[in-house]
Amino acid sequence: MSEGKGNILVVGVGGQGTILASRILAEVLLQGGYDVKMSEVHGMAQRGGSVVTQVRFGQKVFSPLIPRGEADYLLAFEKLESLRWLANLRPGGVVVVNDLELPPVSVLTGQAAYPRDIAEKLKERAGTVKLVPAQALARECGSIKSQNVVLLGVLAPFLGIAKEVWEKAIAQIVPAPTVEMNLAAFRAGWEQ
Amino acid sequence: MKALLTGNEAIARGAWEAGVLFASAYPGTPSTEILENLARYQEVSAQWAPNEKVALETGIGASLAGARVLVAMKHVGVNVAADPLFTFSYTGVNGGLVLVSADDPGMHSSQNEQDNRHLGAYAKVPILEPADSQEAKDLVGLAFWLSETFDTPVILRLTTRVAHGKSLVKLGEREERGLPPFKADPGKFVMVPANARRRHVAVEERMEKLREFSEDFSANRIEWGKDRRLGIITSGISYHYAREALGEEASYLKLALIYPLPEKTIKKFAEEVEELYVIEELDPVIENQVRALGLKVRGKEVFPILGELSPELVAAGFRGQGEEVAAPQEGVVPRPPVMCPGCPHRGAFYVLKKLKVVVTGDIGCYSLGVAPPLSAMHSLICMGASVSNAFGFQEAYRAAGGEGPEVVAVIGDSTFLHSGMTGLLNVVYNGGRTTTIILDNDTTAMTGHQDHPATGMTLKGVPAPRADLEKICRALGVEDVRTVDAYKLAEVEAEIRAALQHEGPSVVIVRRPCVLLKGRGPKDYYVVDQDLCRRCRLCLRLGCPAIEVRGEQTWINETLCNGCSLCEQVCPFNAIVRGGEESE
Repeated sequence: MSEGKGNILVVGVGGQGTILASRILAEVLLQGGYDVKMSEVHGMAQRGGSVVTQVRFGQKVFSPLIPRGEADYLLAFEKLESLRWLANLRPGGVVVVNDLELPPVSVLTGQAAYPRDIAEKLKERAGTVKLVPAQALARECGSIKSQNVVLLGVLAPFLGIAKEVWEKAIAQIVPAPTVEMNLAAFRAGWEQ
Repeated sequence: MKALLTGNEAIARGAWEAGVLFASAYPGTPSTEILENLARYQEVSAQWAPNEKVALETGIGASLAGARVLVAMKHVGVNVAADPLFTFSYTGVNGGLVLVSADDPGMHSSQNEQDNRHLGAYAKVPILEPADSQEAKDLVGLAFWLSETFDTPVILRLTTRVAHGKSLVKLGEREERGLPPFKADPGKFVMVPANARRRHVAVEERMEKLREFSEDFSANRIEWGKDRRLGIITSGISYHYAREALGEEASYLKLALIYPLPEKTIKKFAEEVEELYVIEELDPVIENQVRALGLKVRGKEVFPILGELSPELVAAGFRGQGEEVAAPQEGVVPRPPVMCPGCPHRGAFYVLKKLKVVVTGDIGCYSLGVAPPLSAMHSLICMGASVSNAFGFQEAYRAAGGEGPEVVAVIGDSTFLHSGMTGLLNVVYNGGRTTTIILDNDTTAMTGHQDHPATGMTLKGVPAPRADLEKICRALGVEDVRTVDAYKLAEVEAEIRAALQHEGPSVVIVRRPCVLLKGRGPKDYYVVDQDLCRRCRLCLRLGCPAIEVRGEQTWINETLCNGCSLCEQVCPFNAIVRGGEESE
């Protein structure tokens, strides 16, 4: 049993693949010898709304929900979503954020403005901020759909679990025809 | 072997291990995946029913035949199934029957947050509540044992965080049980008053026996902390929040059987600790029962009655800070759910808004028609209510002798089959002229694309006869039934207008498969020709997430666009063209 523990928030917009990424993450943490708990949101919120998966690991995990301000890692698939969940990050924590803006409907229709100072706000609270061009990296690997795995690749080295364990989990979980593409996407992220 | 399972996956596994032969459900968040997972086991006949009442009634039939049965539904689904449930409580079971009620505190995907733990006392059935996936699997097995030992249906109550939370589960093997020969027992199963009066006696005796049993039930346990200053009675996910917030600072009476409660155990626990609290989400169900024992206890005076609990809300309750925990980040624009780009529901709502009619809504993705800019919905109550709501609205004006506003009921295909049909029959029977729009996207979309009687496929993936919505409406007595392609805006408008003109009841079926169904959406995308665009922004009234304002210009995000062409149809300047055509 590993001695470490940690809390990871995976946030994004419904349809971005946060649940698949969280499944891979959980599998890797299990292989790493941790107790793992995870909480997802299904249903209504998945229709283009703000979505969050909470992943907790350690020797023994009780609550599947991360107490506010105690997330060690914030893995954000979209910039506004990173800001929405920032207060849940522990000061000095790690943010991995997709350099992607998906404006909510109120912004699309010109009734609200997309915040411009997200990077600054993230830096005020986080110890490390990785802004990742995941869309471009994923496209180079074959499909922008593997952005989620690129982002996992960027987070992975922080968690101290061997790269091979990640690659094995990805190969197990993603659909068979997309394994090579997703492995390439993961490595592209790992190199960031 | 251990696996990381959601509570729903664990329940399916537990049911399979317990030798379940039959399972039925209507999809509903957060319960849907239970049946989806059970369907993977070939030994189990797992089915979608048109609604929860039918699911439970079919389950009761299978129990009568001696099979172990699981039925699953969301909390409000139990309201639909309440009629058979309350009398099934009197008959008791033959094969064990477990009803899973998946409650949704916080209303992640529901129209209310009713607390179905009240059903224990109300329907006089035992309720088990797991706190994580392992316990969910274990309690399914125990629930079948309880059901058969005490001759009662058993409710297994989940909440969203248990249903959709993943944790480690130790897997076991299936116990094959087969079916005993059928023995008729009308005195037990035919609830005419004379029999029912006798069975009520049996019910009260059963509950008394269960109360005694609860004192020794191993899944109700006490965990002593480092001292006996603080005692917590809790169950379900609240147990984990309490452990997280208080750790070894408190002692816990962790209940798995939450109805009936182990009264002696509770009294003994209360005597051992200095201060007694109940930590539970939603209503003070346990707290009130503890107080009725004459014990001094605190609960809802410090913990919220609304929504979900969390570790920090538990901690804040002890600090005396109530609910003032969450201060949202400044400047964060909300991101509510929206209809997807290419959603076949969009056009109908665009038209309804334009026609300025009163719209009674229903349960499904199309409830998003209430959101701006479509903003075309005036009521939403429960599954199937749209049709009767619209009719009742019209009847009020008819009775008052006045001319009311035009009213339209909007309901999905799956919801119509669930409980919209009876409403439509009522319109016909009572001489109404209500217009009902059936948004037929050929799936139960909101819950994640489940089949239903009109999709031509069962839960097991076996082809099935396709219920014909047009024929059903005609058979119910509606003569004016029209069908229109959801992507043809002018035709949708023309058909709705014509239906509203019709003297009798009318139905407009607006048809297109859900754009998220694999391989069934259009393949195109559209772009804005900036030279032709006059910045009128009419296209923005569609509320499509693929259409975006950048400075003065309007753009279509081509990776999001699903090519439904509605924006092309509303643009008065032909400035929206199919992708690639611009350069030709």
